Amino acid sequence: MKEKKVSFWTKIHIDPLFLLFTLILLAYSAYIMWSASGQDPAMMQRKTIQIMLGLFVMLLMAQFPPRFYEQWAPYLYIVCLILLVLVDVMGHTSKGAQRWLNLGFIRFQPSEIAKIAVPLMVARFINRDGCPPSFKNTLLTLIIIAIPTLLVAMQPDLGTSILIAASGLFIIFLAGISWRLITTACILVASFVPIMWFFLMHDYQRERVNTLFNPELDPLGKGYHIIQSKTAIGSGGIWGKGWLEGTQSQLEFLPERHTDFIFSVIAEEFGFIGAIVLLTLFLCLISRGLIIAAQAQTAFGRILAGGLTLIFFIYVFINIGMVSGILPVVGVPLPLISYGGSSLIALMASFGIIMSIHTHKRMLSKNI
Amino acid sequence: MRRALIAFLGVIVLIVILLITLTHLQITRYSYYSTRSNENRIKVIPIPPNRGIIYDRNGIPLAINNTVYQLEIIPDRIKNLNEQLAELKTIVDLTDEEIDNFQKERRNYPASSSVPLKYKLTEKQIARFVVNQYRFPFISIAGKQHRYYPYATTLTHVLGYVSKINDRDKARLIEERKIKDYIGTSNIGKLGIERYYEDILHGIPGYQEVEVDSRSRIVRQLDESPPKVGEDIYLTIDLKLQQYIERLLAGKRAAVVAINPNNGEVLAMVSSPSYDPNLFVDGISAKEYNALLSDPDKPLFNRTIQGTYPPASTVKPFIAIAALSEGVITTDTVFNDNGYWQLPNTDKRYRDWLRWGHGRVDVTRSLESSVDTFYYRVAYDLGIDRLSKWMTQFGFGERTGIDISSTEENRAIMPNREWKQQRYKQAWLQGDTIPVGIGQGYWTATPLQMAKALTILINDGQTKTPHLLMNTRSTHFGEGLSLNDLPQTMSPLLLSVKEKYWDVAKNGMFKVLYGSQGTARRIFANMPYRAAGKSGTAQVYGLKMDEVYNAKNIPEHLRDHALFIAFAPYDKPNIAISVVIENGGSGSSNGGAVARRILDFYELGDASIQIDESILKMRQGD
Repeated sequence: MKEKKVSFWTKIHIDPLFLLFTLILLAYSAYIMWSASGQDPAMMQRKTIQIMLGLFVMLLMAQFPPRFYEQWAPYLYIVCLILLVLVDVMGHTSKGAQRWLNLGFIRFQPSEIAKIAVPLMVARFINRDGCPPSFKNTLLTLIIIAIPTLLVAMQPDLGTSILIAASGLFIIFLAGISWRLITTACILVASFVPIMWFFLMHDYQRERVNTLFNPELDPLGKGYHIIQSKTAIGSGGIWGKGWLEGTQSQLEFLPERHTDFIFSVIAEEFGFIGAIVLLTLFLCLISRGLIIAAQAQTAFGRILAGGLTLIFFIYVFINIGMVSGILPVVGVPLPLISYGGSSLIALMASFGIIMSIHTHKRMLSKNI
Repeated sequence: MRRALIAFLGVIVLIVILLITLTHLQITRYSYYSTRSNENRIKVIPIPPNRGIIYDRNGIPLAINNTVYQLEIIPDRIKNLNEQLAELKTIVDLTDEEIDNFQKERRNYPASSSVPLKYKLTEKQIARFVVNQYRFPFISIAGKQHRYYPYATTLTHVLGYVSKINDRDKARLIEERKIKDYIGTSNIGKLGIERYYEDILHGIPGYQEVEVDSRSRIVRQLDESPPKVGEDIYLTIDLKLQQYIERLLAGKRAAVVAINPNNGEVLAMVSSPSYDPNLFVDGISAKEYNALLSDPDKPLFNRTIQGTYPPASTVKPFIAIAALSEGVITTDTVFNDNGYWQLPNTDKRYRDWLRWGHGRVDVTRSLESSVDTFYYRVAYDLGIDRLSKWMTQFGFGERTGIDISSTEENRAIMPNREWKQQRYKQAWLQGDTIPVGIGQGYWTATPLQMAKALTILINDGQTKTPHLLMNTRSTHFGEGLSLNDLPQTMSPLLLSVKEKYWDVAKNGMFKVLYGSQGTARRIFANMPYRAAGKSGTAQVYGLKMDEVYNAKNIPEHLRDHALFIAFAPYDKPNIAISVVIENGGSGSSNGGAVARRILDFYELGDASIQIDESILKMRQGD
């Protein structure tokens, strides 16, 4: 009986617990989206299509065995680099940044592909020579990470480039490099920060960081978003103002309320309680992802599942951190919750890979 | 899997950091952000109160509110402002001057609020704009309360007017902590009653609390508190009398004040010529204002309280009271008038208006015939100190205290030693005192002062402060305000005057009209009621010794001012008037003629009694 039940989920390569948390989060997202969109039926329709498409992509990705990903990782990585270069050369400009590639029938952000391609490539590269990686391999890995990161940063999209870099670094970390190397790397990064600040960052990015530390300096300009967002969150109190009752969001004081600032809408309308519910759901999903990583039978699966889960959490942390004023506004959406097709589909694809790692292990063990 | 465990611990630490942040924002600082969020969404829109109506004593409205429509624009919302203004030009006949004014006005308004662009739209302009409204999303038509003075020039010098709040007004309102009552109000009382009773007339603004979105668009109304309209004011002015006097003075530079001596109510206050206060309500154009300023007849000048004239012989009754009370003369004192009075120990002679003199004259006769020499001598005997002290008691050289006094009234001059020292840095000379005896020399008075002095005389020394406010119709402020029961001041000096001295002065004034030698007897012949008065002719132009005054030989603006004070009925007066006609010639004939008609109109209800103008001769005596 038990054997049969397990085989059903295994047959369709879905982890039921992981799916459950994902579905609850998506439902939560749809619920708050109705409020955050200003009760826009057209946007809800698109959101529903995005969720459906996302679930389909997840299901699809789960069907491929981990070995498939390991084999195809370099090709995906190269395609991704080509697309990123294409975007920098001829991408569609939106809000002053070149992020979109218009293929006529669909517009998408190649940087979203990089979010998957980079951890896959890094995991495969490290796994080839065994864990933990040698010093030379670690350096090579860093180069693998750096190329797409810089290409995305040039678009410019600081938030996504940080996430891409982080996704690669998590893989290295999980692969078990020595703490000494980690410490050295941290020192290097710390010394790189001033270089980045003075030579690599755009003026608007520097302004955003400045604004973080003192939003009141420019309350109607750069600080406006943070002030309004903090006001929305703070005025939500413990119980919130109620669904559709958030004055900050409903009266459009809140910027980008359905994308990057959707957490502010949740915190305003559902209060501290609503935020804790959301964080708990995220924590459940992440715990499940890390358990899957721990149970993975190959090093490749282990570091990939762990890396993808951790990067998912980093999305959450950066987004909530930036809207509540402890991190600079770098344009990272709240995963699963924010409106946005490319991001959701990339995320669901990574969930599909995690499920694939979990559900293919028995078959793998049988084969071996 | 140690690394995964370490990662999980890292996740927990970061989640705790987020929870601490959220606790800080949502629990610790909840009230701060809650207030902030409310301030964000709630906007208070002031609703200006309607200004109180001003009525005359019979309830005829003198200052009312009309609704006019104006074009308003929110300049901050419009990207292509100049383009839109250019498009509007043809639609609502927008002139370049109006655009300039709007650009200047803009700075006085807070950002993202409506600024008036064009006032007083005609129906045609409204219709044309409404049709094109869709092209101008941030331009709208708004109805505004607009002050209107239906009798235009008739009461300008009393009512004053309202006009745009300027920087000086604003500074004053801030200082008096009243600025919040003027949010949404564009006009303020600038002059006269409109200024003096501004606080009563203005009212208290209401407000509308609305929820707005981040672009300040109104989403819904949360609360409303209606404004409290300003109080209506009833003036003591009798519009019909005022209009009648205005017609009498048409074409003259003149001033008339009529007071009810029983309570100090000002029945009429006419300063001629006048101007239309409606010109000022929306801001007068520079051209129109310059025309008023440069008019040689000075229409902006309120002659009743700002015009200062030598009171001339109209002061003789008051001086007689002083002389009798000080014992300088008695009721039996008789002087011989040879046509002049010579300053003792000098060659300086002061002529009487009648070259050959009046002969033997007592105090009653001195008033009846207005004998100058009698008063030269009385002034000499009294001296300037006593003369000045007594005349101050009658209100000369002091503000009358009328309720528009504080900002506009001129004190005029009751000269004395200190005054001359201060003004001319010279000692008072004995010769300076003599013309003061006939209300000339340095002495000047306003028509209102002259009327007030007369009411003091009528009331045997009691001062009834002249006032324009009768009462207010209270709607919101509890008991209405009434000035008719003001405490009346009494000067001890005047109260010490014996009753018979008052009677002597009044009897003398009665004889001016009825005595066989009365200077105004011809004009006041055949009166169906009894009255009393005193004429005066103020010299503008100093005659040379032995030169005969002939009005036809000198330019109009150098001719004498004609003055007259009078009251009626004699036994129980209900009206006291003072008349000043600039360069009007003889006070007894020209001033008297005006006074007679006013009294007739007031006592008889109309001007049915015609005066035969042919009997009037110039320089008949004053």
